[in-house]
Amino acid sequence: MLESPKSSKTSALSAKGSVKKLKGETKAKGSAKGKRKQLGKKDEEEDVSMASIGHPEIFPLVFTEKTQEILNCRINEDITEEKPYKLLKKEDIIQDMKTRAAVSDFHPVKKIVLEYPGEELLIVLDREFKYGQNFYLVATEEAKESFLNPPEAVEEEGETKEGTTEEYVYKPPVRKPWVSLGSEKEIEEESVNESVRKIKYMISRVRREFGSKVKFTDRNASSVKDGYIECTSYQDKNFSIMKLEKDVGAQVVPKVREMSTQTKWTYPRNATTQYFPREFSDEEKELCLSSEDLKEFIISVFLRVEIALQQNEIMNAFFDDWKALAEDESAFGGKSDAYLKEYQSFTDLHYLKHRRVSCVCWHPTIYGIIAVSVTERLSYEERITQSGKLLLQKSPILFWSFSDPIHPQLMLECPEEVYCFEFCPSDPNIIAGGCRNGQVGYAAFILHLQYGRTVVLWDISEYEEKLQNAKTGAGGSKNTAVNMPTFIQAQQSGKEPHFVRYCAVSSIEYGHKTVITDIHWLPDYFEVNRMGIAFENRTGVCVQLVTCSPDCSILFWDLRAPKTTIQNSTEKAKDEKAIEAPPDVPTTFKHLDLSWRPLIKANLSKSDTSGDYSPTKISLVEEHFHYKMQDKMQYQIKPEMFGDENPYKQLRVPSAKPLKILENIATNFFVGTEDGEVIYSDWKMERESDSGRLISQKPANKYTIHDGIVHTIQRSPFFKDIILSVGGWNFAIWKEGVTSGPILQSCCSSKRYTVGHWSLSRAGVFFIGREDGNIDIWDLLEKTHEPSQTQNISISMITCIKPWIVSSKQHFLAISDDFGTLHILEISWTLSHPSSNERASVLHYFEREVKHLDYFEQRQEFRAKEREELELEKQRKKIKVAGGQKSREQMEEQMNINYVDFLDEEKKILTGLGLLKATDRFA
Amino acid sequence: MAEVEETLKRIQSQKGVQGIIVVNSEGIPIKSTVDNSTTVQYAGLMHSFIMKARSTVRDIDPQNDLTFLRIRSKKNEIMIAPGKSPSASGFQASC
Repeated sequence: MLESPKSSKTSALSAKGSVKKLKGETKAKGSAKGKRKQLGKKDEEEDVSMASIGHPEIFPLVFTEKTQEILNCRINEDITEEKPYKLLKKEDIIQDMKTRAAVSDFHPVKKIVLEYPGEELLIVLDREFKYGQNFYLVATEEAKESFLNPPEAVEEEGETKEGTTEEYVYKPPVRKPWVSLGSEKEIEEESVNESVRKIKYMISRVRREFGSKVKFTDRNASSVKDGYIECTSYQDKNFSIMKLEKDVGAQVVPKVREMSTQTKWTYPRNATTQYFPREFSDEEKELCLSSEDLKEFIISVFLRVEIALQQNEIMNAFFDDWKALAEDESAFGGKSDAYLKEYQSFTDLHYLKHRRVSCVCWHPTIYGIIAVSVTERLSYEERITQSGKLLLQKSPILFWSFSDPIHPQLMLECPEEVYCFEFCPSDPNIIAGGCRNGQVGYAAFILHLQYGRTVVLWDISEYEEKLQNAKTGAGGSKNTAVNMPTFIQAQQSGKEPHFVRYCAVSSIEYGHKTVITDIHWLPDYFEVNRMGIAFENRTGVCVQLVTCSPDCSILFWDLRAPKTTIQNSTEKAKDEKAIEAPPDVPTTFKHLDLSWRPLIKANLSKSDTSGDYSPTKISLVEEHFHYKMQDKMQYQIKPEMFGDENPYKQLRVPSAKPLKILENIATNFFVGTEDGEVIYSDWKMERESDSGRLISQKPANKYTIHDGIVHTIQRSPFFKDIILSVGGWNFAIWKEGVTSGPILQSCCSSKRYTVGHWSLSRAGVFFIGREDGNIDIWDLLEKTHEPSQTQNISISMITCIKPWIVSSKQHFLAISDDFGTLHILEISWTLSHPSSNERASVLHYFEREVKHLDYFEQRQEFRAKEREELELEKQRKKIKVAGGQKSREQMEEQMNINYVDFLDEEKKILTGLGLLKATDRFA
Repeated sequence: MAEVEETLKRIQSQKGVQGIIVVNSEGIPIKSTVDNSTTVQYAGLMHSFIMKARSTVRDIDPQNDLTFLRIRSKKNEIMIAPGKSPSASGFQASC
């Protein structure tokens, strides 16, 4: 059954019971269907009716064509669009039903028709099969009426407008009879009715007790039979079954709890605090200072402070007794512990063949670099005869590094053989060396005269980096000099050592006449002028050198160009024309090259005889020790700031400002000579009265101790006034100020001593090298008559010993020999570490020795006196013949002499008296 | 004023004395022989220390009072003499 949505809506509306105007079906017209068709009645009719859709009075019918003919309601003839309905008489329908009985179309609605009150029934054409059939019967009069009448109104309205809101006319609700839908049953079930008949009791009393009080008494229920009815409890069998099995389900449920918090997010913020201390302004300070309170306070407190300070002075509060206790055990170490262990040895076949090492120097700052200078191993005669060959073979200074024992790292070119050299203490890139004269002063070989007996300067600052990197083996790649000639670059590609040219050589005429045997840098806190007086050194670096040579002179050199430029300009011009410096030479000391003159020339003339001493080694009081940081607090000099540049590059003219004279610099020095003498002198120059020339003072003291050339004069690193001198076959220790002689002198050894050096870490230890290649280790605290240890190092003569402290665990000793080999030895622990009070003990020992010397002197004098007296005594005893112990002849002789004397006396008296003539004589 | 100077000079001239600082009761330095930053540092550090020491002594015995304070370290010693109002502290190096 097709239901248009409209009709369903309509049915829904009808269920609510709203009353609206009933409109006929005007589907055929096609007008706007805003109308609702409503039928108010709801009846329960047969299923045939359209009650299911809310139209109980409508009965769909099928009219066959025969029926249509009979009843004259043929489609499109009688019933048309305009008039889709037809009124049929009731009688007609009944007749039709009778005639055709079951076949009649009206059969389903037979009852309705019969009951129909009116005369005519309405049949409507259901063209669109709205109710399922092509016709339908309207069963009630009212519906009929409404159908017939309103359509006219609808037609009218439909034609007028579309979509007009219908006019709502209020109809008050009409009473309708109750239609039961079965809800009564539910109500009946729910309602509470009395199901039990109520029991009625009537209670009466005797009239006379009416109104009186009622007395109630108790009665036991069990006292009267049937007074009660009991329901005793019994165990009902139904309930005694034990449940043996029970199905139980368990479930683990996590305890879940929800919680939430909310944090207040504060965004990060930068916060800073700055504070500064409270301070008084100057006025407030003044105020405070002048207050009485402060004065009183200070006075009252001062005493306590003073006591406390004095306490500290009396007793050393910082002395650690515990630690001091431990050191004493190692004071007497055995011999076996002290030895020198071979660490490394360097030799080079190319440069060092037949050469002897003349001087060894450790690099002061870079670890593991040691420089070695070599000379030819020839005697004097051979030197002369082979002088031609020596021109070609230049002996360089080689730099060795621990990392490479075969190839030297750097080579410094020397104009001639360097006999001694030293690193500058302020700047280890400057090296000064003294040369040996290749020639013996032959004028024919001009070329060499230029380079003999000179002081040479090298500047290796460019190679410093390379030396430092020698360990890592990065050779040649990091060289910073840009303008290098090609041949040197070719050298770099191989493992050849770098070749450094010298910067400057001293001038020939003014230098030494023979080989320079010793060279020292003056320490950087003072400098000397032409008079030899010490001034403060403003530059803060070492600028002066001292050299000595067996030509009986000691020269002082200054690295700065001299003030007088007039003279030098001509010389310089000449020099420039003559020699052009090769491009790879650093120009640090260009101003000095070949025109370098000494500042002071001090002669050492002999005091009693004419002639001069020929010094070989010199030792100054004020030495700058590489290996020991001196406390220079007494010389607080602020050097002139040169900026970051190397001060040596800017040394030109000595400062024009007046320099302060330093009073407490000692200008004395010790000198060892070729003849084995040790001389103590002063370098201050004096003015000679007549000529006004500057001459040097005569030496104060002279001692002849050694039998050969003095090879070493050296101050102890621990005591400034103790000097070791080694020469010939013995050595001696001197104390400055003790003029009577050495405080210790060794006995002559079997082999010549060639070199000596103090140990850097132990105050009483020093090393002596011998010509048979042995090293004697002397320990003054152990024994003083012989070395505490002897160790063989090489087969040839030892030429140089230099110890060096690298770290507290590593102490090295560099020993060079005649064959050009450099041995590096490690000093063992006992030899390198002093015992706790070693210094004090050694000092004590020296003082004792001095006292002993004094005593000896006194005794000498005493003995001399004694000897004289003894002689006198002897003399006297000879004359006087006292006692009977003399022999007979002696007695007779004595008597004869007495008699002769007596006679002489007699004669004199008689002559005096005039009794005797002069000619009278005894026979 | 001159007396104060003279006394301070006498202390300063003792062997091993590195410097003297005079500080008032609040810890603000009044006079000093060393540079400003050192002065401020010492004054700041010592002030609370002195307070603590003094309060300790007085806590134990209220009749007692702090007379002298010496702080000895490995390298040097600091001596503090507290007074009623200003307090002086000097420090001395080890010999």
